[in-house]
Amino acid sequence: MWSWIDTLVQGLMLGGLYALFAMGQSLMFGVMRLTNTAHGDFLILAAFAGFSLLSAFGLHGVCATAAIQLALLPLAFVFGYGLQRLVLNGTLGKDPLPSLVVSFGLSIVIQNMLTEVFTSDPRALDTGELNMQSLTLGDHLSVGILPLSIFIIAILVVAAMQWLFGRTALGRAFRATSDDKEAAQLMGLDARHVYGLATGLAFVLVAVAGTLQGMRTTFSPTDGPAILLLAFESVIIGGLGSFWGAFAGALILGTTQSIGFRLDPGWGVWFGHIVFLLMLALRPQGLFPKTR
Amino acid sequence: MKNLQFSVLRASRGSQLALGAGLLLAAVGCTLPWWGQSSWMREFNQIACYFIFASMWNLLAGYGGMVSIGQQAYLGLGGYLMLILSNLCGVNPFVAIPISALLTALAAIPVSQLAFRLKGGYFAIGTWVIADVFRLSFANLGVVGGGSGTSLTALADIERSTRESVTFWMTLSAVVATIALTYFFLRSKQGLALMAIRDSEIASESQGIDVGRVKLGVYVVSALGAGVAGALYFLGNLRISPDAAFSVNWTAFAIFMVMIGGLGTIEGPIVGAVIFWALNKFFSDYGTWYLVGLGLMAIVVTLVFKQGLWGYLQARLGWRIFLVQRRLELRQPYPLNGKTSS
Repeated sequence: MWSWIDTLVQGLMLGGLYALFAMGQSLMFGVMRLTNTAHGDFLILAAFAGFSLLSAFGLHGVCATAAIQLALLPLAFVFGYGLQRLVLNGTLGKDPLPSLVVSFGLSIVIQNMLTEVFTSDPRALDTGELNMQSLTLGDHLSVGILPLSIFIIAILVVAAMQWLFGRTALGRAFRATSDDKEAAQLMGLDARHVYGLATGLAFVLVAVAGTLQGMRTTFSPTDGPAILLLAFESVIIGGLGSFWGAFAGALILGTTQSIGFRLDPGWGVWFGHIVFLLMLALRPQGLFPKTR
Repeated sequence: MKNLQFSVLRASRGSQLALGAGLLLAAVGCTLPWWGQSSWMREFNQIACYFIFASMWNLLAGYGGMVSIGQQAYLGLGGYLMLILSNLCGVNPFVAIPISALLTALAAIPVSQLAFRLKGGYFAIGTWVIADVFRLSFANLGVVGGGSGTSLTALADIERSTRESVTFWMTLSAVVATIALTYFFLRSKQGLALMAIRDSEIASESQGIDVGRVKLGVYVVSALGAGVAGALYFLGNLRISPDAAFSVNWTAFAIFMVMIGGLGTIEGPIVGAVIFWALNKFFSDYGTWYLVGLGLMAIVVTLVFKQGLWGYLQARLGWRIFLVQRRLELRQPYPLNGKTSS
């Protein structure tokens, strides 16, 4: 009995990480209807960036990793803004094909560059002792400090995104451009700039998620597509356009996988996919749709 | 106006010449097993399967407007069904190919019901999830070797030269059939409906086209072709594993070939497959850098040459081999200002 509760709790913690995977994807879906098939690869790229910065400065321990993580965020923003302005803006339009092909091409380029530079060995970001520490709840249950922190960060990020979209001028600009690009431009918004800001912000979220993934587990250059699928499934299960929805979707996915892994290690990911497909069959609009 | 004479052009001298040359090439190709080397036949088998798969992706994305990243689901399924039928059910492997392709097409019908709930970019990634479900399912199926895969043992009794020749002829016929069927399909009424849907779903529905049925038809045909490609590829390869059969690289290469050659043209995948074959021959030793190059090339072509290399040349030089359009030719100059000359 307790072991099942434990499985459930670990699944929720895993779901917290998946929710972070989903945030950047959800933002780009929401503002630009852009399907970035390289989403997972950018996440892994961020983890590798953290890894190389840490080794370049010869730093160790969780504090150094956290400092590097924070230092990466502005870089990620600039990178995302530049990518959107220079490459992705040219692919937007009614036809989804150009953006799909370009991001798919980027995915292949990133995976193979990373393999060339870092080989295909799995790496991890140093967290010192933090990986071992856990919080004991009662006699039967314990939760790792790191997974718990990731879960809390996920809640904070989702709340921040919801606030940003609902309450700030930037969020209003995002929503307006998403609803009607031409009308927003007539009101004085520069859509290309707004899109750049959205992708910049999405890449900040990608960097957060990627470095946390690197702290929690290992990563290797070809892990990206699996992460993309998890992020995508969370967004669709939750319902398009809703950050809390994606969070709920990620938790459902995490717990299903956790239970699946417990039943049979070979089928964990498969169970997650099946929940997604069942959702498509029974409630294609997702749990909390807010289609804009 | 009533004296205006016109005709609808559906072929040109160039297209007839090229078709003749193509048929001649295929006829000469048939004799390859008597004078060629077996490594050539193997190489042809591989590139031909890539080509068939890419053509099917082109039909789906370039004509049907359904961009999928999950077509490897049907390629792998075709390969696995061929292997299961031959190894476990005692069917002759060559006979198993059409059967497995038909079963693959059947499987595509229920799968489409899920996939079609998503549109555009969501459809693309949704199909990828479905392909991953296929991969994981076969990776957990002990009877076909699980994650490490298995070999096609049913061919062991067949003499090597017979096996190679028959595989080659089947592959060649599949290539010819792919081109011919796409060509005649696109020239047919259904083909016209498909292209109308790609241009505007709403407008074509208002003209009485049953959009759902046409899309389902194209999706199933495309799965059938992918199933043929998979069955033939793993017949030539003699070994299958879930990671090879359901690899997303299949679709990556198909996208590369179609985008380089030209999306939504029959010639596109042919040109793309030839370029891909040449690049593969000379640069595949560079491994990761070669793949980086392919990725960059796909990006640049998509951003700069939006119609692909073939489309670019076609637009510049007016070349056409496979005419699927109907072009109107006036036999006399169009009367200006409403005045007729006779």
